[in-house]
This record gives sequence, C-alpha cells and structure tokens, in this order.
Amino acid sequence: MFAPFMVHAWLLATIVALVSGAIGFFVVARRAAFPAHALPLGAFPGAAAASLLGVNQLLGLAVFCALGVLVISQLQRGERREVASALWLALSLAAGVLLLSLSGVYAQSINGLLFGQVLGVSREQVVSVAVLSVGALGVLALFARPLLLDSLSGELAAAALGRTGRLEWIFLAMLALTTVIAVPVVGALLVFTLMVGPASAARAFTNRPWRALAGSVALSVASVWGAIALAYLTNWPVGLFVGLLGAACYVSGRLRSAGAVAQAG
Amino acid sequence: MLMSVPSNPGFWVNEPVRVALTVGAGAALVCAVVGCATVMRRQAFAGHALADVSSAGGSAAYLLGLNPLLGFLGMAAAVAVVMEWADMREVRERDLLTGVVLGAGLGLTALLLYFDATMGSVSGAAMTVLFGSMFTIPATIVPVALAVAGAALVASAIIYRPLLLSALAADLARAQGLRVRAVTLTHAVTLALAVSLAAMTVGAILATALLIGPAAAALRLARRPFEALVLAALIGLGATWGGIALAYESFYWTPGRGWPVSFFIVILIFVAYLLSSWAATRRGARRGAALYGCEGA
Amino acid sequence: MSTVAAALTVERACVELGGRPILREVSFQLAPGEFCGLIGSNGSGKTTLLRAILGFVRLDSGQIRLADGTTAGRLVGYVPQKIALDPGLPLRARDVVALGLDGARLGPALPSRRRAEQVEQMLHAVGAEAFADQRVGLLSGGQQQRVLVAHALVRRPRLLLLDEPLANLDVRSTAEIVALLRRLSREYGAAVLLSAHDMNPLLPAMDRIVYLAHGSAVAGKAEEVVRTEVLSELYGYHVDVVRVHGRVVVVAAEASDQIRAAVARDPVHTASVP
Ligand SMILES: Nc1ncnc2c1ncn2[C@@H]1O[C@H](COP(=O)(O)OP(=O)(O)OP(=O)(O)O)[C@@H](O)[C@H]1O
Ligand SMILES: [Mg+2]
Repeated sequence: MFAPFMVHAWLLATIVALVSGAIGFFVVARRAAFPAHALPLGAFPGAAAASLLGVNQLLGLAVFCALGVLVISQLQRGERREVASALWLALSLAAGVLLLSLSGVYAQSINGLLFGQVLGVSREQVVSVAVLSVGALGVLALFARPLLLDSLSGELAAAALGRTGRLEWIFLAMLALTTVIAVPVVGALLVFTLMVGPASAARAFTNRPWRALAGSVALSVASVWGAIALAYLTNWPVGLFVGLLGAACYVSGRLRSAGAVAQAG
Repeated sequence: MLMSVPSNPGFWVNEPVRVALTVGAGAALVCAVVGCATVMRRQAFAGHALADVSSAGGSAAYLLGLNPLLGFLGMAAAVAVVMEWADMREVRERDLLTGVVLGAGLGLTALLLYFDATMGSVSGAAMTVLFGSMFTIPATIVPVALAVAGAALVASAIIYRPLLLSALAADLARAQGLRVRAVTLTHAVTLALAVSLAAMTVGAILATALLIGPAAAALRLARRPFEALVLAALIGLGATWGGIALAYESFYWTPGRGWPVSFFIVILIFVAYLLSSWAATRRGARRGAALYGCEGA
Repeated sequence: MSTVAAALTVERACVELGGRPILREVSFQLAPGEFCGLIGSNGSGKTTLLRAILGFVRLDSGQIRLADGTTAGRLVGYVPQKIALDPGLPLRARDVVALGLDGARLGPALPSRRRAEQVEQMLHAVGAEAFADQRVGLLSGGQQQRVLVAHALVRRPRLLLLDEPLANLDVRSTAEIVALLRRLSREYGAAVLLSAHDMNPLLPAMDRIVYLAHGSAVAGKAEEVVRTEVLSELYGYHVDVVRVHGRVVVVAAEASDQIRAAVARDPVHTASVP
C-alpha cells in the first residue's frame, strides 16, 4: 500500500483533503450542502465531454464548474435558493446524458469520474493540483472573516462591507476550484461528503470558528487516508469508504453535541 | 442504448411510446403534487438525495434480478423514513444530514455498481439505473407504476391541510394538537414513492428535475396552494409528453440514433422555470409599484 | 378554588433546560375571559412558560391544567414570538386564517360559505381586510402579527397564548392591538396570556399580571404585584418601582436614584410617549 507508485496517490489525496476540509468549513457555515453537491456532480458531464473530445479532463471540469457558478448564482435570487442547485444539476446532467447517448460510449473512465480513482496519478498531476490548491487556500484565507460574517447574517455583512453578492461569488468560485481539484480523485458523486462530514463534526467539538476550521481539515485528511487504505485492503471502490467515513464523522458530531447539551450548565 | 426507438413510425399506436406516455404522466403528476410540498418545506435537497440514493436500490435490484421498481422504492422509502426520523427543526441541519445520508448512499451505489460490473451479469446497468430509459420500460410495469402513483396522490390529498400548516410554522400546527411528526413522515413516504417513480422513468439523477422544476416554477406564480398544484401538474405533464414527442422526432434528426427523452424533459422544465421566474418578477415589479403608490397617497 | 373551572391552572411548574433551571415553582390561575400580562425581562423564561403550557416543553415537576383537563389541543390558540413567515409560500392572509380554523383536518378543504364567513369575520375583527388577499410572507411584521392573531382566534379557543405580540408594533398599533385583544377576550370568553417585557402598554387592560424574574413568578392584580416589596422579594435584591409621568419602571436600587435625579433635572427626557 506504500509502494513507490502509491506515493503520488497519497500526496494528491492529502492535498485534496486539505482543500476540501477548509472549504467544507464554509460550506457548513453557509448552509451550502446542496451547492457543494451540485457543483461537482454538475461538472462531471464536462469531464465526460472532455474525455470524449480527447482534451484535458480538468479543462472540461473547469468549464462546467464555471457554468455552474453562473447558473446557480443567477437562479439563487429567487425565494428558494436550493432550487437553483437542483435545476443546474438537472440541466448539466441532461446535457451529459445527451453527450453520452450521441457518442454511444460508456467508458469505464466515467465510472472513475463518478466514484473516484486514486491510482495511476502522475507527477505533473500532483504539481498542477498543488498549485491550484495553494491558490484556493490563499483566497479562502483572504476572505475568511468576511465569509464567516456573511454566513452568520447576510445583513450584518452587508452593513459592514457593502455589497455581499460578491462574497457568494467568491465562495462559489472557490467551491468550483475545489471541485476541479478533487473530482478526478474522489469522484463527482462524493466530493461533497469530504466537505460536509468532517466540517459538521468539527463544529460540534468547539465554539471557536478557527479551531473548527482546523478540526475540519484534520478530520478530512484522516477520512481520505482511511478511505484509501480501506479501498486498497478490500479492493472495493474508494467512494464507498469516503461516504461511510463522512457519515461516521457526522454521527460522532451529533453524538457529541447531544452529550454537550446534556452536560452544559 | 439509452432509447431504442422502434422502427414502425406511428407515434400513438406504438406500444413502447404508449407505455412511456402512461408511466411518464403518472410520474409527472405525482412529482408535481409531492414536489410542491417538498419545495415549500425547503426539502429540494432531500428530494434530490432520495432520488440519488434510490439508485443504490435500483442497482441492488439489477444485481439480484428483482423488479427494479421494488429496488428503487424500498431504498427510497427506507432512507426517507430514516432522514425524517433523525430530522431536526432547522433547515440547515436537515440539509447537512441529507448530504451525509446522500454520501453514504452513493458510496453504497458505487459498491453495487462495482459488483454489477465485476460479476458482469448485466451490462449497462449503471446507465439504466442512473439515467433511465423510458422507451425500454416493460409494459408489465404499468399497473404497478400506476398503483404507486395513485397511492402517492391519495396520501398527498389526505395530508394536504396539515402539511400546509406545518410548512407555515410547525409550532402553529402543534398548537392545534396536530402530530407534526406523523404528517411529515407520511410526506416523506409519498416523497419516496414519487421519487422512485421518477427514477424509473427519467433515471435517478434526473428525477430531481421532475420533482423540483415544475413545483418551483408553479410556486413562483401561484397565489394559492391549489393553484400551485394545478400549475405544477400542467408543467410536469407538458414537459414529459413534450419530451417524449421530441425524442421520438429526434430519431429523424440524427439518423439511426435518437436523442434521450430525459434530456428533452429537463430542457422543457428548465424553460418553464425561466418563463415563470420572468413572469413573477414582472408581476412583482408591478405590484411593488402599486404598493408604493398606495403608501405615497 | 373558584366555582367556575379555571381556564388555566399552573401549579408549582418547574422546567430545566440544558441542565439549568429555567422555571422554578411557577404557580398561577386564569379565569375564563381574563386578560393577563406575562411580564419579564429578556431571558426570564416567558417563552419557555408559554411553550410549557402548550405542551411543547416537558415539566420536570408540577402541573399545568387547561379548562377541560387536557394539555394542548383545539382549545388553545398560540401566536409564537418569532414570526417571519416564508415569502415563498403561496398563501394569502386569508388562507392562513382558514388554516387556523381547520388546518389539522385531513384532506383538502371543501368550499363552504360558513367557513368563508368565519374567516372574513375574523379578518375584519383584527383589521386585516385590507391585506387579506396578499401573500402572507410579504406582509410587514405588524401585519403578519394581526393575521396570526386571527389565525389563533378563529377557532374560538378558551385560552389564547401570545408571545411578545407587541414587539413589532408602533405606538398606535400597540394600543389598538391591546384594545382589540381585550375586546375579543371578552366577546369570545377566551382567557388571554400575553407576554411582554414592558408592562406599560398593558396596564390599562390587564386584569392580572404574572411577573417573571429569573424563572420565579408572582401573580395577582397589577397594583398588588407591581410594588417595591413584592418585586424586591422576587428578584432577591432591592428593586424600586418608580412611577414617572404615568409610566411604571422597575429598576435596581442605584439605578432608581439616577432616574430620580434625571427626572428632577430634565423631566421631558425620561418621560415616555403617552
Ligand atoms: N432549548 C434550550 N436549551 C437550553 N436553554 C434554553 C433553551 N431554551 C431557552 N433556554 C434558556 O432559557 C432562558 C429563558 O428563555 P426564554 O426564551 O423563555 O426567555 P424569554 O423570557 O422568552 O426571553 P425574551 O424576552 O428574550 O424572549 C434563557 O436563558 C435561555 O437561554
Ligand atoms: Mg421569548
């Protein structure tokens, strides 16, 4: 499991977990579980299209992510924000279905895109992902406080910072960037588990926001490592373990907050 | 593979088309009605998650050689009840829980599809489960599907008022002595019925569109709950039948290969949503102007 | 015990939440048709008491009885404290009142003239006709409050619980709503228990007062309860009941000296709006 050819896989997965854990903190704070699911899954047809056309998958992912950010942020202005995510997802997947049926190919690589693929990682891939990750983390660090204030109350943030529409844009853009980084590794269907599970557990263990952020990152890394190890041992898909470990994180958080309420005072 | 449009050209006399029209209509109606309640209660994500997770049931059914509708239905109902049981009052918490359940369910789907693939018994199961295939629905499913649709509609009618009241404010419902939990559990089960029906027709991943799209469009325009139901049903039905007709037509656009039904259905629903948003915004602007005029006077 | 069955009896009710005592041995009784203010500062336990009466919060000890010996049900009307109705719901004010009448019944409502008349009458009673056909989530806070009062009253409850119904209202609407609730409670014979942090708007209307401080309560007629000795004992330290320009203010001892000095210096400044 620690053979030389696995080193890149471990490295890549760790980077992905770091970024997912960090953005996950904001996903939970901003109640954006649905967009966090819709962007990656909605970007999957982009990757599928790219592999059909023979261009870089990351490019396809990026294009569809950008489209997703655009559509979601436009549609979110209605009274039901979550409807925006649902419609974008449906639209993009419909396009994907069309692509697949016209080309008549259902490649195994698409299964990998949906459910994750950690093997066969090249050095270049690690480097490009590392660069993108540093960018994403930098932007998040820059906007951490406004984003947090905006999550607490959009009106408070608007009063303090002027227009906050831009914050939602930045958040969605970083979510998109994380998607591009993480989808090829964890799979389009399960990226968001890596964001939601660890972050929701972390906030149950502390009342301080930045500790919760750190906890989220740590749990996310632990989940990914655990998932890869288990997948390696059982030869079952890595997505299964990512999903189950995310759920385990969440349940531990629920148990912890139930206990904390009982003990308080 | 996604759709095998039969060679004889008569649209209405064609057996698979008739099956698609019938089952599609059932799914559209149920989704419209249940979808209205779902969108009102801000459960769009939960509805989507149920559809996705039900695909694990579908995959299991293919694996075991069972009726896929049973697979979708069993899984969706089980998950719906678990989610409602563990539910919390706040919507944001519900979305988190939904996300986690969805993640675990998708993990399971991954495993089952992996078994499907490695055991090699059914080729293309993944595609059928995830993306549906309307023209290949066996005619034998029609009675079951219609029965499921009927059950869901009756259940929705029974909990119509209590559910509205709970959507307005759960505390108000409780103050009237209503057992809110019983009502929302019933709704969760109807949601599972609607979603599995949709998953059978347009596929697990696109069931969301049929469930959320028409309802969301109707809710933007309607002034009263009943209006919303009727409008959503019309949009859903129009999109489904329109999608089937277009898919049938598309066979002549790209010779030898039709376009998928679900693609057209989703596009039509999306257009309906955009139109209703536009109309609602225009009307809102007019009403706003009227109100402003009143206050100024 | 009175001869008429009390509309509400609270006996030594105790509630703990998160391991902290929130209500301690609260006892009082309401007669049918009585108008009672539940007064206390933020966090004193008003909402908790109302929710306990509704059966939403379990008592750790003690008892709460309604007229018919039941807990929550068709005979209690309730207007919650936080009312921000969802603008996404396709419900008119009229529909919300109708849901108050029979929202717990199964099946869709059949069109009925009697039902429509009852709703119309209630809308008229709370002065909500002008916005009866607008989407309820888009109404102002005060307008929503009126609609919810109608929602609670349309069933002709024997007991009406209102949590801070005056918080969103301007001075004129406050007086109007108090007078309205007073009149409706007489007309319908409903006992009203209404929470507020300021007792002044209620003083002219209240038959009784339940004064809460740190989870303990005293109850009685306003002039018996709102007195320096009584409230000092309730708070457990000395407070003064100060009357300035027709307003009653309850203040801790040092603060009350400052108020007297301020009033002496600048009478207009502390005097309230009449
Ligand atoms: N679910 C809960 N768990 C723990 N503590 C609670 C809970 N609900 C309320 N409390 C505490 O109980 C106390 C009383 O709360 P309550 O809401 O009854 O006050 P209130 O008198 O209605 O205040 P306000 O005037 O601000 O509405 C508060 O200190 C609050 O923190
Ligand atoms: Mg309160």
